[in-house]
Amino acid sequence: MNAGKQATQGQRSSRPIKHRMPNGQKLAPYLFILPFILSFLIFFSYPLINAIIMSFQRVLPGDVAFIGLDNYKRLLNPDFFKALLNSTKYTFWTLLVLIPLPLVLAVFLNAKMMRARNLFRASLFIPALTSIVVAGIIFRLIFSELDGAIMNSFIKLFGFDSQKWLLSSSLSMFALVVLATWRWAGINILYFLSALQSIPRELYESADMDGAGTMSKFRKITIPLLRPITIYVFTITIYGGYAMFTESFMLWGSRGSPQNIGLTMVGYIYQQGFQYFDLGFGSTIGITLLAITLLVSMLQLNVLGFFKKED
Amino acid sequence: MVEKRSGKLPSLLLILLFIVFAVMALFPLFALFLASIKPASELFKYGLNVRLDFDVMTWANYKAIFSGKGGSQNFFDWYRNSLVITSVFTVMCLFLSSMVGYGLAMYKFKGRTLVFTLVLAVMMIPVEIIILPLYRLSIDLFIINSIWGVILPFVVAPLPIFFFRQFAMGLPKDFMDAGRIDGCTEMGIFLRIMVPLMLPAYGAMTILQALFSWNNFLWPVIVLRSTEKFTLPIGLAGLLSPTSNNYEVLLAGSILTILPILLLFLFFQRFFIEGLTVGGVKG
Repeated sequence: MNAGKQATQGQRSSRPIKHRMPNGQKLAPYLFILPFILSFLIFFSYPLINAIIMSFQRVLPGDVAFIGLDNYKRLLNPDFFKALLNSTKYTFWTLLVLIPLPLVLAVFLNAKMMRARNLFRASLFIPALTSIVVAGIIFRLIFSELDGAIMNSFIKLFGFDSQKWLLSSSLSMFALVVLATWRWAGINILYFLSALQSIPRELYESADMDGAGTMSKFRKITIPLLRPITIYVFTITIYGGYAMFTESFMLWGSRGSPQNIGLTMVGYIYQQGFQYFDLGFGSTIGITLLAITLLVSMLQLNVLGFFKKED
Repeated sequence: MVEKRSGKLPSLLLILLFIVFAVMALFPLFALFLASIKPASELFKYGLNVRLDFDVMTWANYKAIFSGKGGSQNFFDWYRNSLVITSVFTVMCLFLSSMVGYGLAMYKFKGRTLVFTLVLAVMMIPVEIIILPLYRLSIDLFIINSIWGVILPFVVAPLPIFFFRQFAMGLPKDFMDAGRIDGCTEMGIFLRIMVPLMLPAYGAMTILQALFSWNNFLWPVIVLRSTEKFTLPIGLAGLLSPTSNNYEVLLAGSILTILPILLLFLFFQRFFIEGLTVGGVKG
């Protein structure tokens, strides 16, 4: 890296001395972005290309061969559809909860009349400090089937019988979404708060002078100006939804869930790659997941009007 | 007078609402702490509960960890590994990412748009899809089962690059020329003039990246193969196996795992939220 730089400088020193300074300046940006270029080539592009190649291969210890589309044909099995369905449902529910709730809470936390906002901000953010492993341990116990466990004691207040939360498909999805809400809401609140605080106060003041009500100010000023951050939070929530693994791993353990009720796309990659050592098929699932997340993200960006020309 | 009253009632309701949410946020951690100072037999009898039964409370679970009982022989190895990995990762990540973000924001050069687009693309693609080839690459690079295997693949992260770029866009470019006139090199301008100006951004990103590294699970569990090299999340997850009952150490260990990051947050809290706001992750 250094040698290259010196060589280039040496080569150029034959030019008039006037040009020397700008040359240093011309080279500098490439030095600054070099870490990203290296990391992108070594730890992103190379493995990605490898994943694409492996998805057309049978990769077993000591046995590598091209097998065309066989891995992709193998995707047509109940486990894959279960994993896809679970990840999609999870993404859907987290989007439904983790966008509106943090947005409204952030608007309240940003309100002039709000008291003790630092205290509330901190308390709502503290769950985000917990590792998902620890969060999983806690929620596994909260949703335990014992009568005295927190969730069962809670629903007893409303006259319901104890449930076996982690043995039923719909109840365990509920548990996963509760876990996700607890763990991630604080981070999304922070994103919305940072965007809210960059909205100039004068906008609201001039709306006040025009006699606008609270609701119309919210609709006409807050919501439109929050669009960029909403698109961002939407995108990372889709990403997080389809990439979910640890939550499910912690609720059911490494051996998997009954009838795969907690199997996710990444869980399926992990299972095929590291438990069955089928790296070829595992990569095929990965490439399919890539296609799905890109498709969903593009769809969402279109719907939210990211590509609409503005300002 | 009337106006004042109509303002007070909603604000009181709002505070009540937030108290409910704050309690819901903190309650699971409180329940975990309570369970960690009770014998595991209580947990198996009643499940995770918040009964304040002072007769059964004891520090025995914590003592068990400190004397290495119940599968916790390596607990402090994991602790040390987590501390080392998190520190090295955070320092490297902040330095390298801020460099890239700064370069993207302050200079006009051929390929700038392309590089920035690539940063955004990497940000949108789940890294989980490449864990299998990345695992094989780590073997080829001889970084498997070492802290470098955990750190290197993700140390130049797209999110902080993006964040530092946004932050650096607001820095005064005049300072660069002033530095050049004084004979600073471009790197010198970055290190001596710009880094101090970006301190709020570093504050916010320190917490976010340390948090990520301290809590990371999927990649470390793939890279680290031997028990004494595990990080805390891997070690804790391993205590939860169908064949053994290690709930005592598991719960007390979880509390000890949260502690450092909680202290870091409480200490840097103001810095953290303000830094994020100033930088404005505006999507």
